[in-house]
Amino acid sequence: MTQPKISLSQVEHVARLARLELSEADKERMRRELDGILSYIDTLRALQTDGVEPTSHAVPLTNVMREDEPRPSVPQTDMLANAPDPSGEFFRVPRIIEE
Amino acid sequence: MNDLETVIGLEVHAQLLTRSKMFCGCSTAFGAAPNSQTCPVCQGMPGALPVINRSAVEFGIRTALAVGCRVNEHHRFARKHYYYPDMPKNFQISQYEEPLAEHGVLDIEVGGSSRTIGIQRLHLEEDVGKLIHEGPLETAQSSTVDFNRAGVPLMEIVSRPDMRSPAEAAAYLRTLRTIVVYLGVCDGNMEEGSLRCDANVSLRPAGSPELGVKVEIKNMNSFRNVQHALEYEVKRQVRALAEGEKIVQETRLWDPERVRTVSMRSKEYAHDYRYFPEPDLPPLQVEARWVEAIRATLPELPAARRRRFAGGYGLSAYDADRLTQGRALADYFETTVREYDKPKIVANWVLNELLREMPADDDRAVAACPIPPRNLAGLLRLIDDGTISGKMAKDVFETMYRTGQDAPSIVAREGLTQVADAGELRRVVDQVLAAHPKVVEDWRGGKKAALGFLVGQVMKATLGRANPALVNQLLGEKLPKG
Ligand SMILES: [Zn+2]
Repeated sequence: MTQPKISLSQVEHVARLARLELSEADKERMRRELDGILSYIDTLRALQTDGVEPTSHAVPLTNVMREDEPRPSVPQTDMLANAPDPSGEFFRVPRIIEE
Repeated sequence: MNDLETVIGLEVHAQLLTRSKMFCGCSTAFGAAPNSQTCPVCQGMPGALPVINRSAVEFGIRTALAVGCRVNEHHRFARKHYYYPDMPKNFQISQYEEPLAEHGVLDIEVGGSSRTIGIQRLHLEEDVGKLIHEGPLETAQSSTVDFNRAGVPLMEIVSRPDMRSPAEAAAYLRTLRTIVVYLGVCDGNMEEGSLRCDANVSLRPAGSPELGVKVEIKNMNSFRNVQHALEYEVKRQVRALAEGEKIVQETRLWDPERVRTVSMRSKEYAHDYRYFPEPDLPPLQVEARWVEAIRATLPELPAARRRRFAGGYGLSAYDADRLTQGRALADYFETTVREYDKPKIVANWVLNELLREMPADDDRAVAACPIPPRNLAGLLRLIDDGTISGKMAKDVFETMYRTGQDAPSIVAREGLTQVADAGELRRVVDQVLAAHPKVVEDWRGGKKAALGFLVGQVMKATLGRANPALVNQLLGEKLPKG
């Protein structure tokens, strides 16, 4: 078996960044799946890409811009209708700083 | 302890004066009802497609050219990931590896000497929503969010760590502010948050090429705060080092009430932003033709205008500097001079009288001034033709400011015309001489200062309306020869 590409603690770190709560079993499964994905990257790495510009976009477009014209927004009531905890004209969010 | 050198770099965020947001058509108008200017794009709903606002890119290029940056031909947007409730989509569209522009310079003046501060980069991004906490952030059990500001175009200008004192940092910020306001890309209002500034502060042994551990200072929302916060932070670090403490890399918030910086509770992984190219926004290719077209529309910048004011109008460096602190004020001065060709006199009136009523850099106030340049020129002409004295003109100026009327109407209505009628003045002079025989004796005895007293009495008797030159002439004729 080859050296694992990603450790359990790296999985925990990434999960925390993404605000995902994983069970111990999930973590191990994620580690295995991510390991597979990262191994595939090795396969891609075998390609000779010297002198090839990195691709950031799959569609060959540039300079898609719009003129600076205001357009109607979504009404406030519609926007707040889906909020789990609206407060008057605002969205309300739970305590921000962890204790 | 060895001499320590202060090293400061500034990150300035300027809200761009576009009418719509950076990536959607929502209005950027200030003061609308909370959450009334949002849409699926700026709320980050799945499937929404952002599209770049062309004016925002142009404003960025304008600024880049004004501070001598190289505009990158290729640039693109990136997602900066972080979780904080001020951004509904949990990432901010910004620029990372390929910013709009790089490698600029800004000349600043502090205490009469000038220095050049490097600008590392200038990039575009979107603003975030506004959080209102229930009480202090540390204890707030919940917060409310207004997303109207989320998605408003922001330009971030990052300096090199080239500033060596809080005063230099303040000068840099002031100079940069004047430029963005001149360019019309930002209103420069720090109190309302359209111009914001974060600072990186570190100390190192004088002459050392390496940088010390840097502390980031946030929440400085006025020029005064920037200078005070940085002065405090430098002192804090000097003291800490003197006591053998280590400076920790952290973010500190300026607390203007308690006049100190306070450590922000460290947010774990806060700097793990996992940037990657924004897949929804195709890259931009800025053609030289576009850049040159924008360059051709650049207004005369404050530094150039200051030099021209000093050279062309023969003003002192100090007056030229004050007159160019705001574009509107400089325009006001020049428009007045076009109608009344005595620049030094106009400068005096603008600096001493007009600026009593408004700050030099408040373009809105200057543009809305109740005395338009034409009326100021009209007032100055009334002094020249002897209709009113300089002293009376100051009162007329005040009335003009209060009422918005022009000088001739006020002078006519209030009967302020200067007494230049020799016959009438001669009678007053006779009365004054008769009433003050002792002073006349003094004068005859060689006390030349007595003349000033007599002039003053004539002015008093005419309620300040006598033509001073004529009064002097008449007194000279009437006083007994010594
Ligand atoms: Zn929107």
